Amino acid sequence: MHLTKDEERILKGELGTGTQNAMEMLVAIGDAYDAEKMVPITRAHAAASGQEGDLYWAELLADGGAKCQVPTSTNPVYDLKYFHSLFKDIPKDEAEVARRVMQAYRKLGAIVSWSCVPYLCENIPLPCETVAFSESSATPYVNSVIGAYTNREAAQSALAAGVIGKVPKYGLLIKENRKATFLVDVKTSIEDEFDYTLLGYHVGKIVGYGIPALTGITRPPSTEELINFCAMSNTSGAIPMFYIPGYTVEASTVKEAFQNDMPKEKVTVTDRELKTAQEELQTTSGKIDFVQLGCPHYTLKQIADVARLLEEKKIHDGITFWVCTSGTTKLLADRVGYTKIIEKAGAHLVVDTCIDEPCWFAYKQKVGMTDSPKCAYYRRFKDVMVGRLEDCVDAAIKGKWR
Amino acid sequence: MKDMATSLKCHKIIGGYAEGEALISHESICFYLTDPKTGVVREKNHELAGQNIANKVLVFPSGKASSVVQIDGLFKLAQHGLAPKAMIVKEVETVLVVSAFIAKVPLVDKLEKDPFKAIRNGDFVKVDADKSTVEVMRPKA
Repeated sequence: MHLTKDEERILKGELGTGTQNAMEMLVAIGDAYDAEKMVPITRAHAAASGQEGDLYWAELLADGGAKCQVPTSTNPVYDLKYFHSLFKDIPKDEAEVARRVMQAYRKLGAIVSWSCVPYLCENIPLPCETVAFSESSATPYVNSVIGAYTNREAAQSALAAGVIGKVPKYGLLIKENRKATFLVDVKTSIEDEFDYTLLGYHVGKIVGYGIPALTGITRPPSTEELINFCAMSNTSGAIPMFYIPGYTVEASTVKEAFQNDMPKEKVTVTDRELKTAQEELQTTSGKIDFVQLGCPHYTLKQIADVARLLEEKKIHDGITFWVCTSGTTKLLADRVGYTKIIEKAGAHLVVDTCIDEPCWFAYKQKVGMTDSPKCAYYRRFKDVMVGRLEDCVDAAIKGKWR
Repeated sequence: MKDMATSLKCHKIIGGYAEGEALISHESICFYLTDPKTGVVREKNHELAGQNIANKVLVFPSGKASSVVQIDGLFKLAQHGLAPKAMIVKEVETVLVVSAFIAKVPLVDKLEKDPFKAIRNGDFVKVDADKSTVEVMRPKA
């Protein structure tokens, strides 16, 4: 990869070891893909995770004096204060990793959004911006829905890009590589956010790694529906981008999505596939211990839905009900009055928190319910069944599912 | 009796030099599904299930699984001194590059011959990523 004089100086360590390490990683990635050069980015999103590999990298850069050169937002870890006041059994070593990760990102000068949907509020790319966004829903959302350019970054490569302000030019940063690879004809009615969750789960599984183009969608999807499709398809598969010609920005026809190179593979999704997906995710039934919502972080609209369903209701004794969102969204939920309704029903609306963190230790042997297959995929809980939001709320009020 | 040695060109991704016994996997690998305290592959139905990847020169097609788990998996193996000595792959993806970079494991691809034909289980392999060469030593039968 060709480096400019300034890039060479960073690689030699003339600007400190933090940026040197970051540049070494970006050069390795550039070499791997035979990138010609590096290109500037305007923003980054680091999917901080509170894991040891993540801690090592964030501290290596922070202690080496690196600072984010472009707005770089962060994924949720957990609200230390809130959870430690509620639970005394969170493993100390894991809690310490989480605390240090958050401290390192602060030291790096990141936008400590602790949000997994930063593209909605804290760090929003425009069409055609070159960015470095990690996180399962974030990568496909900014590529497909917004029309910005990002590769499927790891948390660490996105952070490296944030502190250098550049990325190697390869993969999805090049128009030819953004063509669709897989045609998915949707022959079933997709009506709500949960249907998009099931569709994403199914499409990720059948495509594996690739760029699907969806046909048969008959009305414009909502923000939340698109978030769900992104998060689930990029968890059950590796889907850095997708097209719904007519509704997503980059291609208005199937032909355009495939850049005139029509698909070799095509699959049809019918009611049967979605029903099978739902049954697969319905791993248990009966009594539940908790409900877990907000994976990915709930939007204000989704919090409003929860408030509407919980108004004048009480969560059943022995069940805890969690809704995760970003700090900025909660601020509005407080103002509008949703928080009050949700808390009055006995539920928690928490910020800065991911469902894959040690703060959920108390639920290790518990059975729960969620509207997100991604939440069920992480093994923080004994068992988690997946259902519609309305069913999750119904189960929490009655004390059991069906 | 002399061993048969073949020298092959390759493409460096993560630099360094390492040598060791070859272990071949025709299936992609998720390092999170290995035991971080032994290096034994725990993934059920995987070609390498029950085998130990620690300190081997690992030959496999590519990585798989989400970035968070893949990087954490290889990083934990490396912390216990149980990462592969070097990795030879057919195809790279960003997450595998980042994982190898963080765990400091030499990584190469684009071997001038198909690695699954040029290397067999038990061969002694020297990977000089910095010089873009892989040397395969096979004991004479």
